[in-house]
Amino acid sequence: MTERATFRLKTGLAEMLKGGVIMDVVTPEEAKIAEEAGACAVMALERVPADIRRDGGVARMSDPAMIKGIQEAVSIPVMAKARIGHTAEAQILQSLEVDYVDESEVLTPADEHNHIDKFAFEVPFVCGATNLGEALRRLGEGAAMIRSKGEAGTGNVVEAVRHMREITTGIKRLAQLGPEELSSEAKELQAPLEVVKVVAEAGRLPVPLFCAGGIATPADAALMMQLGAEGNFVGSGIFKSSDPARRARAIVEATTHFNDPERVAAASIGLGEAMPGLEIAGLAAEDALLQNRGA
Amino acid sequence: MAASAAGTPLRVGVLALQGDFEAHAKTLRLLGAEPREVRVPGDLEELDALVIPGGESTTIGKLISSAGLEPALRAHHEAGRPILGTCAGLIVCDADHLGFLDVTAKRNAFGRQLQSFEADLEVGGVGDEPLRAVFIRAPWVERHGPEVEVLASYEGRPVAVREGTVLACAFHPELTDDPRFHAIFMAMTTSARERAGEEVGR
Repeated sequence: MTERATFRLKTGLAEMLKGGVIMDVVTPEEAKIAEEAGACAVMALERVPADIRRDGGVARMSDPAMIKGIQEAVSIPVMAKARIGHTAEAQILQSLEVDYVDESEVLTPADEHNHIDKFAFEVPFVCGATNLGEALRRLGEGAAMIRSKGEAGTGNVVEAVRHMREITTGIKRLAQLGPEELSSEAKELQAPLEVVKVVAEAGRLPVPLFCAGGIATPADAALMMQLGAEGNFVGSGIFKSSDPARRARAIVEATTHFNDPERVAAASIGLGEAMPGLEIAGLAAEDALLQNRGA
Repeated sequence: MAASAAGTPLRVGVLALQGDFEAHAKTLRLLGAEPREVRVPGDLEELDALVIPGGESTTIGKLISSAGLEPALRAHHEAGRPILGTCAGLIVCDADHLGFLDVTAKRNAFGRQLQSFEADLEVGGVGDEPLRAVFIRAPWVERHGPEVEVLASYEGRPVAVREGTVLACAFHPELTDDPRFHAIFMAMTTSARERAGEEVGR
């Protein structure tokens, strides 16, 4: 029997992206630069997070014409972002045959209480999380891949580190618990018990776990892999730097050889200026943190 | 299971530049082999065989080149040590890339992710029971030379092939719990090690 859109096929594509870098691109030309640099996939969007942050206003799904242009420009998988809870945007992205939908806090949320029912789709979804409970809620809604949220558009890796540690420490803790403790733990985590049981039993998420939100240098990429990320999303970090093609290659190199400091050092030489960074405390004071959207 | 006459486990490298190399390592362990991650040329020393996993073939190809791995991969192949390529690994081994197989693979031939599928597949060498084959943005074999043995086809397209010491498929045997496709590879590896042993003894 031939089947499509099974959960194994959905997580399977994320398995193929492991050890790789998924790069934000806003034009077909950028997509080609990303592919040429060794990106394992691209994320098509209208503005990179740093620009969304600067411009303000409502950030929405990208123009379908732009997504199609990017699909035609490259042969690697193309992902695109839908607003949290915006089922119709996700339907449009599915009809465009994007390879993955990112239900993303980088865009302005459409629903303050509910995420998209991702089981209802054939296209797989990736969702962000700041901690284990959030990751497990997204899995309960049908996400086939989890990424840390970090703080997009800041070029500051501190939040990605915090979120990755929250998730991996949470998993280790869960794996230590006895079966009789899981029900109360699920309540504590505000996550479905079935998903909690699966993670407690396996000692890992049932889907790939990537890092996103704040990677700006090869060293950042290597750090996140050492902390347990299975691959990296890089948003503004590449195309907001002074030499995107070279920085993109260097971040790909550092993601593969993350445990080889000499190679990461060699990749880090002569990259020009990194994107300008932002302090998290200042953003928190202005209530401008994207990571608090859609918990 | 997968041990030589001397009883030491088969050492099977898994190219760990990008892709689902951990899934292959898990299947290899299940068969009693000792998987080793390969990222730089030195990692290819003292291996009995090598797996080139699924992933993005363009990415893996670029990383092979930036890591300077191509000469070591060619030496591995020329020494008669078996190679298994799955999906992207099939593409990397084809005539347009490393040239270990006299085939031309067509990338993303079955379409984008929405066209990804699972199907029961009859595969030569795994017994009568069909194999559950997982195809993800999969290639197929567009052309193959006379020395290439086609082990499986889907809708008339070759999706599993063997030529000499190289075995490849368009699907992902590493994503299921069924190790029979890898078992073919382990048998090839055991034979290759025995051949090498005899040559040394001669």
